[in-house]
Amino acid sequence: MPERKRKWKILLMHLILLPTIIFALNFFSLAPKSWEGVDEAVVEKVAKEHGREARDPLIDPGSGDLLLFAFLLAGAVGGFAAGYFWRDLTKK
Amino acid sequence: MLLAATPAWAMHISEGILPFSWAAFWYLALVPFLALGVRRLNALAREDLSLKPLVGLLAAVVFIISCMPIPVPTAGTCSHPCGTGVSAILVGPLVSVVIAAVALLIQALFLAHGGLSTLGANAFSMGVVGSLAGWLAFRAVRGMGGSLAVSGFVAGVLADWGTYAATSLILASGIRGDAPLVPLFLKVVLAFLPTQLPLGILEGVVTAGMVTLLYKKRPDLLVKMRVIAEKELPNHA
Repeated sequence: MPERKRKWKILLMHLILLPTIIFALNFFSLAPKSWEGVDEAVVEKVAKEHGREARDPLIDPGSGDLLLFAFLLAGAVGGFAAGYFWRDLTKK
Repeated sequence: MLLAATPAWAMHISEGILPFSWAAFWYLALVPFLALGVRRLNALAREDLSLKPLVGLLAAVVFIISCMPIPVPTAGTCSHPCGTGVSAILVGPLVSVVIAAVALLIQALFLAHGGLSTLGANAFSMGVVGSLAGWLAFRAVRGMGGSLAVSGFVAGVLADWGTYAATSLILASGIRGDAPLVPLFLKVVLAFLPTQLPLGILEGVVTAGMVTLLYKKRPDLLVKMRVIAEKELPNHA
């Protein structure tokens, strides 16, 4: 009986996973246009209709992977510090 | 194709969209909740110092969740969950306001996600309205005898939908000029609907999953955070 239950679980997992993977691959490869965020598609669009436009950010992060690298580095250092000093952080 | 996808943000009202008077108003509206949140956090930390690192971890979770664009095929747009449902359940709505404000501040400063002038408005909708809606829904469903999973699901859904309803109201009141408020508010709500209706349900599923996982792996944490009573522990005699 447990063997039969295990088989059903595997079948169920495949029934969920396979269509999800196929859908995800199809979705990204056939996407006809970039998928706007609702801030552009709704918030900024409606605001523009009423005479308000978004300004450039006060701190422009620019493009490229430098910011991603900075976040990765900060995350690694912060995570290491939090882990290393965890007992100090949590003791009374 | 995945790497070539354009980054897409959502919900956050961008820099400069709101007139100065409305931006200032939402900052002022946020301040009391933020002050109460800091006070509550200090009171909880006096009882148990380990709560502060946990709140820091929750802030990281909310930061990641609320800047993770998810494509919604029914609408052809991207949007993101808020994460304030789960933070409100775990540490209460007031501390969740602080968490949301910190997450949104970092996004505004370093990711051009939202804006510094609109931070008060964004933190009010996601922090105050989202957290309160999620927490009240969770408590109400638990009070009616709902399981952790069902209560978490309803909390996640209402935190998400509440956030976007508040964003719609904030945006409509800020940009309307002489136009009537209600039709513009409904227009923004209807524009959000195709994206946020399914995404809110997804947020409910994620919230229910997180709460259930915590109950299975670390039920003691849920007792410590007063989410469940000690008698509800799995091995309670």
